Amino acid sequence: MPDLSEISEPVVSAAVAAALAAIAAANDSAALKTVRTEHTGEASPLARLNALMRSVPGNQKAAAGKLLGQARGAVAQAFTAREAAITEAEATAQLAAETVDVTAAASAWNPGARHPLTLLQERVADVFVGMGWEVAEGPELESEWFNFDALNFDEDHPARAMQDTFFIDPPEAHLVLRTHTSPVQLRALLSRELPVYVVAPGRVFRTDELDATHTPVFHQIEGIAVDKGLTMAHLRGTLDHFVKAMFGPEAKVRLRPNYFPFTEPSAELDLWHPTFKDGARWIEWGGCGMVNANVLRSAGIDPEVYSGFAFGVGVERALMFRNDVKDMHDMVEGDVRFSQQYGMSV
Amino acid sequence: MRVPLSWLGEFVDLAPGTTPEDVHAALVSVGLEEEEIHRFELTGPIVVGQVLELVGEEQTNGKTINWCQVRVAPDGELAADGGPAVHGIVCGAHNFVVGDKVVVTLPGAVLPGPFPIAPRKTYGHVSDGMIASARELGLGDEHDGILVLGSLGLDPEIGTDAISLLGLDDTAVEINVTPDRGYAFSIRGVAREYAHATGAAFRDPALALTADASTVAFPVSIHDAAPVRGRVGASVFVTRAVRGVDPTRPSPAWLIARLKLAGIRSISLIVDVTNYVMIELGQPIHGYDLDKLTGGITVRRAEPGEKFTTLDDVTRTLNAEDLLITDESGPIGLAGVMGGQSTEIGSATTNVLIEAANFDPVSIARTARRHKLPSEASRRFERGVDPAVAAVAAARVVQLLVELAGGEADGLGSLHDATPDTAPIYLPTGFISGLIGLEYTRDEVRSSLAEIGASLEETQTGLSVTAPSWRPDLTDKWTLAEEVARIVGYDRIPSVLPVAPPGRGLTHAQTLRRQVAQTLAATGHTEVLAYPFVAEKSNNSFGLPVGPKVPQIRVANPLDGEAPFLRTSILPGLLQIAHRNRSRGIVDLAVFELGLVFRPVAGIRYGGDVVPPGAVRPSAQLEAELNAGIPPQPLSVAVVLTGAVVRPQPGQPPVAASWRHALAAVQQVALAAGVPITVRQGSHQALHPGRTAELFVTTDAGATSVGYAGELLPSIARGADLPAVVAVAEIDLTAVFAEAGAELRATPIATMPAATQDLSLVVDAGVPAGDVLRTLLEGCGPLLDHAELVDDYRGTGVVTGRKSLTFALRFRAPDRTLTAAEASDAKLAGVAVAAARFGATLRE
Repeated sequence: MPDLSEISEPVVSAAVAAALAAIAAANDSAALKTVRTEHTGEASPLARLNALMRSVPGNQKAAAGKLLGQARGAVAQAFTAREAAITEAEATAQLAAETVDVTAAASAWNPGARHPLTLLQERVADVFVGMGWEVAEGPELESEWFNFDALNFDEDHPARAMQDTFFIDPPEAHLVLRTHTSPVQLRALLSRELPVYVVAPGRVFRTDELDATHTPVFHQIEGIAVDKGLTMAHLRGTLDHFVKAMFGPEAKVRLRPNYFPFTEPSAELDLWHPTFKDGARWIEWGGCGMVNANVLRSAGIDPEVYSGFAFGVGVERALMFRNDVKDMHDMVEGDVRFSQQYGMSV
Repeated sequence: MRVPLSWLGEFVDLAPGTTPEDVHAALVSVGLEEEEIHRFELTGPIVVGQVLELVGEEQTNGKTINWCQVRVAPDGELAADGGPAVHGIVCGAHNFVVGDKVVVTLPGAVLPGPFPIAPRKTYGHVSDGMIASARELGLGDEHDGILVLGSLGLDPEIGTDAISLLGLDDTAVEINVTPDRGYAFSIRGVAREYAHATGAAFRDPALALTADASTVAFPVSIHDAAPVRGRVGASVFVTRAVRGVDPTRPSPAWLIARLKLAGIRSISLIVDVTNYVMIELGQPIHGYDLDKLTGGITVRRAEPGEKFTTLDDVTRTLNAEDLLITDESGPIGLAGVMGGQSTEIGSATTNVLIEAANFDPVSIARTARRHKLPSEASRRFERGVDPAVAAVAAARVVQLLVELAGGEADGLGSLHDATPDTAPIYLPTGFISGLIGLEYTRDEVRSSLAEIGASLEETQTGLSVTAPSWRPDLTDKWTLAEEVARIVGYDRIPSVLPVAPPGRGLTHAQTLRRQVAQTLAATGHTEVLAYPFVAEKSNNSFGLPVGPKVPQIRVANPLDGEAPFLRTSILPGLLQIAHRNRSRGIVDLAVFELGLVFRPVAGIRYGGDVVPPGAVRPSAQLEAELNAGIPPQPLSVAVVLTGAVVRPQPGQPPVAASWRHALAAVQQVALAAGVPITVRQGSHQALHPGRTAELFVTTDAGATSVGYAGELLPSIARGADLPAVVAVAEIDLTAVFAEAGAELRATPIATMPAATQDLSLVVDAGVPAGDVLRTLLEGCGPLLDHAELVDDYRGTGVVTGRKSLTFALRFRAPDRTLTAAEASDAKLAGVAVAAARFGATLRE
């Protein structure tokens, strides 16, 4: 037990030395707490020496005070430093102890996905919306007038025969499942102010049995523009822009003469791209042309004043050549693994 | 249409070395789409041989085979296979004798199949080649024996290459002819198009012959009492007689080969010639046995119910629209579709009457469809045959029958031509350039139109264009524009991007639709697309909350007879998809579909008896009627969950899909649509009676039901081959979206401290927690900032039949710090209302 009866330099130094040694020896916050009680608490040597200050003669008070003050400062400083070090070490140790296997994380739900056919339709629509066009819609169960007559399909046209079209019972009611998205053209022309620039994505129906390349229920995207002075050059310009926006700057369009009742002149729309399925080649993608004068007349539009162009492409077909889908069954069967390959984007 | 190149080359120059692919490419550029290439799939050596010796050898199986010595090369020379000039060949056929010239396929040759020829040991000999039949060569179906060249009238040198001798080295390109180009159903038409594409010289075979006037009139009368759509059934009717045809004459090999490549089987010389001319000129020809005709010919419409036996031995009941060829005995032909048995050309026919007519396309199309009799003839008439070629075609048949069959044209015939004049089309100067967007020169327009055969007359302001007789599709200036554009080339059309007026972007409903799909996918649901075809009972279960019958629409000609109805709900399709996935080992499923459903209203007769004409805008009333005739097709979204929504993982027990997850999906939809959907206990015939939520949105008219969520009735789940628990939800998005988009009035965010209190209320177990919650929100007054259910306890301490619901309440005043007493008062006010409404008591 040191002599604590007098504030002297050796006594104070001894107390400080003991305190600093104890602080240095403390390895965790519990030990440090004990050290704090023993060396800075009320019963500690420095506290007891401090209590002697009252009895120190006046002329020595300053020196003694300074001595003790320095001593306590040194101990407090060492303590703070040690405390910080221990806190940090302990925090680090705790974090280390909390290590998990992030590769084994539980997921909050099973993965979901969009269907690539709907995503692709949205992408196409976005390209056109970006050009100022709007998206038009129409019913899937249509009247024959919208699906055929208004589109310049003569009533004796082979496409109206039973083998292609799903007719609604009774057939005398003249209702069909739309065989193309083209009736939306008429609906848009009848309901909107001219000029009209719209695209119409949607489901269409034909009586083809499901096989690797056919399905009775499929999707098309139709576009129609009717304005003053529209030309076939505008059709080509629109298609050029469209395919580049969809498939990249290397994509090219070729027009080939063809026949459709609702366009005149008509063209087959071929698409070329260097990286599609089976390499760089021309792929038939759809039909297009200048809107037939009779279609304009069906909508009450004077073909001597207005002209227009229209085009239609197959969405399934695009997915086949763009994403190398080999079998139509994959698109229609609803196997979730098919959609999940695409996730949320196509 | 299949076009043998040797035939094409007769009417248009094919540059030396032109391949079938070149021809395809050229034709595609003018609008004739390429299909397949057809060849006789054989390679030589295949040569002419002469049978020198023939020894019949009876076999143990009872068959007799012939061991033949066949000379296949002149004496002293090697055969084409490098072997001896005389080959020993075993042959099973018996239709030939020593001295006959035959076709010998030597070792190394390959016949269609592919069937390679090699020396082979058979019946105790080495057969060093094969004597071929017509069928083995791909020339026909004849397999009664080998092909004796003498029967084709051929006596070639021994060793001659039989492939070129028989025309087996020819190739045909197949093209797809669009409905507007009937004239391209002929070698003549395709040759013209090939000339357009390549600039090669075209020689019109229709100009090679003149239609000689008949000297003796054959009586023909056209009597059309009921023209279809106002058009007379037969505008042209030409007959020509040929007498003294030798019925034993075979069709020449080149003719058989060309017909075969064109897709037509050789029948007999007379029939082959009529088919040949049809392919060459596009004019369907019918031949009658002149000796079987009774009196002259009358063309008329059938009497309703009149009977007629066609060539295929089917007796048909006729319609008043069917056009008939008759003689004094009655009907002898269904015009343009199929002939009759009584006057059929047979193996003994020597005197022939040829008919080359022009029939109305619509009349023929309807008859062919009505009697399900599509034929080469009807296919051409439906698309339009050149009325000016009928007489030429008849003359061409006469020419060939005289040349090939020893016949004699005695001048008997007739010529009826009532083809209406083609009205000229006025083509204003600059119209085509303005429509196409390319400056065509004056010369380009004129030469293109002249090239397709139009005749032109200059007017003050443009051209008066008369379309050629073979182009009935050219009816207005737009059709002329297509001709000029395609003859000059579509590749010349420039690319100009038009500027649309500023658009308004997607509609709000279109945006919401995407958002709903995106949100469901982001929360673990996979989008699928089911066919909308279902069975009646599926609609009856899912179409309405109560059965037994749901108004629904039937497809008249479904592909699947089991599912002829259009869906009134998306769920049946999703259940099928769930089952399909499970059968493939994917058992934890959450699938959804957004799509239209078809919801007719009971008692309404949809559609209309009359379809308005095209090319005329319907009146506002007619348009409204058309639209009213279409059944409602709202947009619906449905979800099906089964298995685990969360699979077992480290530190995470599995979570099985249940009604809760169906409701969670509903709330995701509500969030995505920005329209609150409230939930009430409900009932639906397809759903678990205790686990059914009815879904509501608030409209001006109050709460409107927009769908259901819950778990399937276990019996329905079992019926769909699914596990007992299948969670489902379906929401009418059209109804939900109708409430979307109202502009929100923002509530200021209160920042004063909140006072939180828990509240446990004991109510009867049957009281819906949602109702209690709504009551608290109402009863606690404006200080209640937020409330949610945190526990539902039943058991010790709570009387049986009652439950304790614990709510976490958060109180806040906008302008001051609440005291605990104020919060408690507000709470008790809510409790009082709940007590009054549900007999709720505070849990001690």
